[in-house]
Amino acid sequence: MAEASYPEDLLYHPEHDWARVEGEQATLGITWFAQDALGEVVFFEPPAVGTSVAKDAAYTEVESVKAVSDVIAPLSGEIVEVNGALAENPQAINEDPYGDGWLVRVRLSDPSEREALMDAASYVSSLAS
Amino acid sequence: MSAPASPSLRRTPLFGRHQAAGARLVGFAGWEMPVHYQGARAEHIAVREACGIFDVSHMGQIETSGPQAQALLQRLLSNDLTAISFGVGPDGGQGTGGAQYSVLCREDGGVLDDLFTYRLDSERYLTVTNAANHGRDLHWFRAHAREFPQAQVSDLIEDYAMLAVQGPRARELVQAISDSPLPRRMTASRRRLAGAEALVCGTGYTGEDGVELLCAPEDAPLLWDEIVRRGAVPAGLAARDTLRLEACYCLYGNELSLERGPIEAGLGWCCREHTGFIGATAVAAAREAGPAEMLVAFALQEPGIARAGNAVLGGGEVTSGTLSPSLRRGIGMAYVPAARAAVGTRLEIDVRGKMRAAVIEQKPLYRKAS
Repeated sequence: MAEASYPEDLLYHPEHDWARVEGEQATLGITWFAQDALGEVVFFEPPAVGTSVAKDAAYTEVESVKAVSDVIAPLSGEIVEVNGALAENPQAINEDPYGDGWLVRVRLSDPSEREALMDAASYVSSLAS
Repeated sequence: MSAPASPSLRRTPLFGRHQAAGARLVGFAGWEMPVHYQGARAEHIAVREACGIFDVSHMGQIETSGPQAQALLQRLLSNDLTAISFGVGPDGGQGTGGAQYSVLCREDGGVLDDLFTYRLDSERYLTVTNAANHGRDLHWFRAHAREFPQAQVSDLIEDYAMLAVQGPRARELVQAISDSPLPRRMTASRRRLAGAEALVCGTGYTGEDGVELLCAPEDAPLLWDEIVRRGAVPAGLAARDTLRLEACYCLYGNELSLERGPIEAGLGWCCREHTGFIGATAVAAAREAGPAEMLVAFALQEPGIARAGNAVLGGGEVTSGTLSPSLRRGIGMAYVPAARAAVGTRLEIDVRGKMRAAVIEQKPLYRKAS
């Protein structure tokens, strides 16, 4: 998408990752700012279902034309589902970073970690600074 | 994420055009340059299928002139400069000179830079340097010019902007603003383009036909606008890199360095040791003995993208890697042991802990279907 957007219903990590928390699970992806900085994503190989992810640590990578970049987990948990459609259509990460461009779904190991994340307004102001 | 561009970065005369076109600008060799505009893949395809225009004004220019200009360059450059001609056109009009690729070597054969040299006149040559190496090249030229008192070395980096217009339609678009027919491939000649004086060079770095234009900095925006208006797509450094990698052209700092000689880089064709250039003895020895490693082109046989620095199993290292927009596969170049450098050889590349299968392919990886 051409215009910056930061949905209100998501939580944000300072490394430009988002989480959509739904009960014990959360969907994770990268923000509009992150995909814009990367440029066109040309390759994404999802991590395996069952892998553990740790808050603030890299859990996968996305590749743009120029470079490979680590993706940081905003929350800890175990991967229960991955977005397999991105293998064929990695540019969905650019075109729809909060929808078709989601990366993984995790079962949260510590739902209270969400308290450390930013809401959309805080994240947007962090980008301006 | 990319850091904000430093205020100390230099800007080309086309900086305002890049900003207006929505370019993402990054620091590159001390310059603030467009990495892409709307998207690197579309820019790449535009060059392969029609025409792209690149601002390459960050590249440097050194003019060597005088009765000993050729003798000095013959000592510095690996190729045989006497092979490139200069002639005035049959109508007595603009003279046309040859263009030649070469490397600049140290005594030990290590590569200081790779360069194009254009003959401007019987005793005048223009050499285009890589931005990151320009200062070092200039110092090297001047240091050796002391042995050639009748050769003058001038730094013309401030005098020239440079545009690369590349792709199957490139000549047609530039011809439309030129006062006379464009010089052929591997030659260079002065023309008036949209009223502005420019050196038109039949060279490029994309594997496509096209021209490179050297002009006064104040004329660059006019030329840019006229060529874009006729259909050239502004293209950035990211597309320039994927295009040159498909064509298997070396990039200084990746395939070429002081630690590598031209023979292992596959550039023996531009080295003429009989001319006695600096480094000729080392290059001749490497050619005779055969280097320990050779630069090869490869394509991955599975999804994934190998990148510079990835190790090749059994020895060797990837120097450049990307996803080829034309071939839709991971491609790259790597130094591998000479005994395992034949086309068709299978490689395993350690891509950040995952072993990826690749095969050594013929260079160039992309060739125009003709």
